[in-house]
Amino acid sequence: MAHSAMPLHQLVTASGTRVADELLDEFVSDLDDQTLRNLYEDMLIVRRIDAEATALQRQGQLALWPPLLGQEASQIGSVRALEHDDFIFPTYRENGVAYCRGASMGSVLGVWRGVSNSGWDPYELNMATPQIIIGSQTLHATGYAMGLVLDGKESLSLAYFGDGATSQGDVHEAMVFAASFQAPVVFFCQNNHWAISEPVGLQSHVPLAGRAPGYGIPSLQVDGNDVLAVLAATRWAAHRARTGGGPSFIEAVTYRMGAHTTADDPTRYRGVTELEEWGAKDPLTRMRTFLTNAGKLDDEAESAMAAKADAVAAELRAACINFPDPEPLSVFEHVYVDDHPILARQRDHYLAYLSLFEGSSPAAQGGAS
Amino acid sequence: MKLSLTQAINAGLRRALEDDPKVVLLGEDIGTLGGVFRVTDGLMKDFGSHRVIDTPLAESAIIGTAVGLAYRGFRPVCEIQFDGFIYPGFDQIVSQVAKLHARTRGAVRMPLTIRVPFGGGIGSPEHHSESPEAYFVHTSGLRVISPSNPQDAYTMLRQAIASDDPVLYFEPKRRYHAKDEVMLDAPLSTAPLMGAARVVAAGTDVTLVSYGPLVRTALDAASAAAAEGISIEVIDLRSLSPIDYLPVMESVRRTGRLVISHEAGQTLGLGAEIAATITERCFNYLEVAPVRVTGFDIPYPPSKVEKHHLPDLDRILDGVDRALGRPNSHSGMED
Repeated sequence: MAHSAMPLHQLVTASGTRVADELLDEFVSDLDDQTLRNLYEDMLIVRRIDAEATALQRQGQLALWPPLLGQEASQIGSVRALEHDDFIFPTYRENGVAYCRGASMGSVLGVWRGVSNSGWDPYELNMATPQIIIGSQTLHATGYAMGLVLDGKESLSLAYFGDGATSQGDVHEAMVFAASFQAPVVFFCQNNHWAISEPVGLQSHVPLAGRAPGYGIPSLQVDGNDVLAVLAATRWAAHRARTGGGPSFIEAVTYRMGAHTTADDPTRYRGVTELEEWGAKDPLTRMRTFLTNAGKLDDEAESAMAAKADAVAAELRAACINFPDPEPLSVFEHVYVDDHPILARQRDHYLAYLSLFEGSSPAAQGGAS
Repeated sequence: MKLSLTQAINAGLRRALEDDPKVVLLGEDIGTLGGVFRVTDGLMKDFGSHRVIDTPLAESAIIGTAVGLAYRGFRPVCEIQFDGFIYPGFDQIVSQVAKLHARTRGAVRMPLTIRVPFGGGIGSPEHHSESPEAYFVHTSGLRVISPSNPQDAYTMLRQAIASDDPVLYFEPKRRYHAKDEVMLDAPLSTAPLMGAARVVAAGTDVTLVSYGPLVRTALDAASAAAAEGISIEVIDLRSLSPIDYLPVMESVRRTGRLVISHEAGQTLGLGAEIAATITERCFNYLEVAPVRVTGFDIPYPPSKVEKHHLPDLDRILDGVDRALGRPNSHSGMED
């Protein structure tokens, strides 16, 4: 799909050269060296998290994992543009975002280990539980933003979604509502070019960012492998939201270097040429080159980052392996807030059934195998 | 005060808006117009367009944005204009509204109330007369209720909005204009529980269970049967999820005969669930198999022939006759 119909905003080229961008420059003019290094460190750690989790899946410790390899800049640049009060509505792939919001590694992995359907407390991180139904969360973000207006808050919500989601009715309805009510919501689309096996060209014949203006929502297309540009673009949208400018749409053009999930086999639908082409645009490599050339990153700083990544990976591995299996009767919890006599009866009956197995071997203690 | 069912709902919404600043109403045509049935008449004028929100025409977005509002601590009341229009919002209801509390292990509450005018008998075109309640009863995480009279409409709506669980509130639209005495100031603490069924006519020969629009029909059937010396106990379920089985079991243990009636189609409808449960739990008390008097398993028919689809007084009494083994009853149902 040709993206030439819209300008692709960029601040650091694939070879690591800082270039000017009329719109975005002002949004990163305040960044000091440490902040720039932190962006790189975030990406480095998130890549390590991703590799460690992928390995844990291969070792049978996780049931599934959705790699974000290649999308580090899109995730880090966007989340680092937000304030703690801003509320994020992510998909299942935003594990880099979750790390930056302070999610514990255990809370990231529970879903993929199969011990829970969510991890962190959404109100602690101001980040909703990850959404699996494609595009659904864009409506939640829009409603949350409508609530911000009702509450008179100068804050915003941000919805993450992918190129595939842009075909979902919910995403379009979300843009209709966001525009109608001028809700302070940022639609952050990571166009990683693949919705499992379907190329983005199947979803749209125009740039994804080109759809938003049809709803009256300003949009831009940003190099999603350029963490600086993504940060600036998200700050642009966040500034609009906070100052009564209403919704914005960002298309971060990136690439899913890995599989859709560890259960997927991308060799069935895409070739190596494409991978090589995008490998040359790697978000970490370019930031490293940029920082090194500017004298902002030395060996000492790099080894400190590597040590931190090792520590996070160790935390992740330990959290994964030490997960206790949930209690059998926990399946009945939190279905309702208030009493529910029918469910309580089912629970009591199952408890009585389980008690028949007391004293027998763990393998025989109830539950379908 | 004598109020119609629509006026009672309106009063319930007004009270909720007054009592809790976090209550907001969302729906199509609910503001300036006051709703196609005038249920929300005057509310936008009195509470403002920020609390009584006319939305664009997208049911999934009405529910989906309400989920986001609930995430932020609001207590949204959504109106789905007609029963047959709820399906575009079905995914949000089933995948999000119903499951978010469990998904987040109690961290996020979804105190939505989703109002749905439902049922037939008003001579409308297709999609305006359906009874989709079983879909929602089948979905764990939701509560489903249906008032049959103005007092319940008022009280149960207030309970639904106050509930921290999501509630589908099915309004029997053909009873919208039925008027009755409503006590607006009776405290909720002394009201019957939202989930409680109620015996609305005592009887000894047959237990007749219904809800929503057919409770009136069931009561009329009981009166007609009484003239023939047959005593029908009528139970208004009020809550469809959870179903309050205790009064039904208590009644069936006395009468030994159960008839269930609803407008929705028979297969896997409420009648099927109630018949199965009562058979499981009261088998030794039953004199005959439970009898279902329901709509047929058909797409809702054109209005000129909807009377053939909807259970009426005579079909309910035919079901009662079957339960009693009376010779004039329709035969062959056991084949």
